[in-house]
Amino acid sequence: MSARVVLQQADIARALTRISHEILESNRGADDLVLLGIPTRGVLLADRIAGIISEITGTPMEAGSLDVTMYRDDLAKHPTRTPAPTRIPASGIDGKTVILVDDVLYSGRTIRAALDAINDIGRPRAVRLAALVDRGHRELPIRPDYVGKNLPSAQTERINVRLAELDGADLVSIDSAAS
Amino acid sequence: MRHLLSTRDLDQESAVRLLDVAEDMADTQQREVKKLPTLRGKTVVNLFFEDSTRTRISFEAASKRLSADVINFSAKGSSVSKGESLKDTAQTLQAMGADAVVIRHPASGAPQTLATSGWIDAGILNAGDGTHEHPTQALLDAFTIRKRVHGIASRGRNLDGLSVTIVGDILHSRVARSNVWLLTTLGATVTLVAPPTLVPVDTRAWPVTISYDLDEALAAGPDVVMMLRIQGERMRDAFFPNSREYSRRWGLDDGRLHRLDPTTIVMHPGPMNRGLEISAAAADSPMSTVREQVTNGVSVRMAALYLLLSGDREN
Repeated sequence: MSARVVLQQADIARALTRISHEILESNRGADDLVLLGIPTRGVLLADRIAGIISEITGTPMEAGSLDVTMYRDDLAKHPTRTPAPTRIPASGIDGKTVILVDDVLYSGRTIRAALDAINDIGRPRAVRLAALVDRGHRELPIRPDYVGKNLPSAQTERINVRLAELDGADLVSIDSAAS
Repeated sequence: MRHLLSTRDLDQESAVRLLDVAEDMADTQQREVKKLPTLRGKTVVNLFFEDSTRTRISFEAASKRLSADVINFSAKGSSVSKGESLKDTAQTLQAMGADAVVIRHPASGAPQTLATSGWIDAGILNAGDGTHEHPTQALLDAFTIRKRVHGIASRGRNLDGLSVTIVGDILHSRVARSNVWLLTTLGATVTLVAPPTLVPVDTRAWPVTISYDLDEALAAGPDVVMMLRIQGERMRDAFFPNSREYSRRWGLDDGRLHRLDPTTIVMHPGPMNRGLEISAAAADSPMSTVREQVTNGVSVRMAALYLLLSGDREN
């Protein structure tokens, strides 16, 4: 097992700042914008993006979380997953632009589940997707709107995203399984 | 979790986990669309050999909110009244492809038999067996207590430091038994209050204090007072002279209600005998959680079904 660091703390911070600006640019401001992070690390990233957007626009912005466990298509293939709480900002998502935030975009199945979950909560005007890392290997017709880093990878490799709030440091690394 | 048969063999970690999942389920029940696709394609059989309203419809609502298919079976009007054995019934359900069986049975241990016999592969949920256990009722009671005490910060919490007084027909009550085990596992201290005739013969193994005097027990200022139903249908002997005497000595009447600290939680698993074990004023007071218990029952049963049915069930 060998680990290769692909993003350092400064790279992650830069990527999130760029994503925040891109979100504001394409949305023409922060009006009617709802950031929803997908647990666990997507929630932390959504919080950070909300912080950066608040700084840029000068008006406070709050991020929510969207748990997709109940909507997954692979529940029967794994030991029982413990769901995480869903927190939707009080203003709701009806008619808003929802930005889903996840750490790694891979098969696209988590996002499919997230779209179903959103469907049960309300009817946003549009749903966009931001991911810190896009590692490819999509199994569904889903693509991100905002990407921190494109990281072509082999399916045998593992992408590790570590964030200071949870893991003590900001770091993205690739572990290639020694065969 | 493979089956949910009793609270006695539930450790604190799995109990808190189930209550936390129930919080997530409760959140989804606040939405306009209450249905989740989680158990699509699974079949849940409600196998009821005893009368029940709230437990059966609660399990039915929980299954449906998780998109499982529900088959209701009650012994009345079924082949059981023609003398079919539990084994044959179980094998019939197996042949129909049931993924979970929710069973209520007058014989203590019937769910255990179903789970260990090899007659059926489905996950077994005990919805009350004889005078043994009623685990989902105890879990919803614990959930209700935790929610009242800790509010929105209740995730991950146990019931450390809380005192719960359970009053009434302990002898026939599976609710009391399940609560004794679960609440003490979660860190609460439990006191049982009953006429001496309605206390089981041997309670040495129970982690509880037993009292025969309700006023004395209430004067100690418990955080929770749980009133049990007098189970007329299970009483073949005279356990107390008459219902008026019972309600005077062991009922939560208006006088006792007013002497309680206003933060005390008053619970009853239902169905209530108003005026016997609990007065109408006590049942309808803001201290009472009777209706919350019913609402929470659906969330807790959704959590149990989710934990039993969603994962890889090979091991």
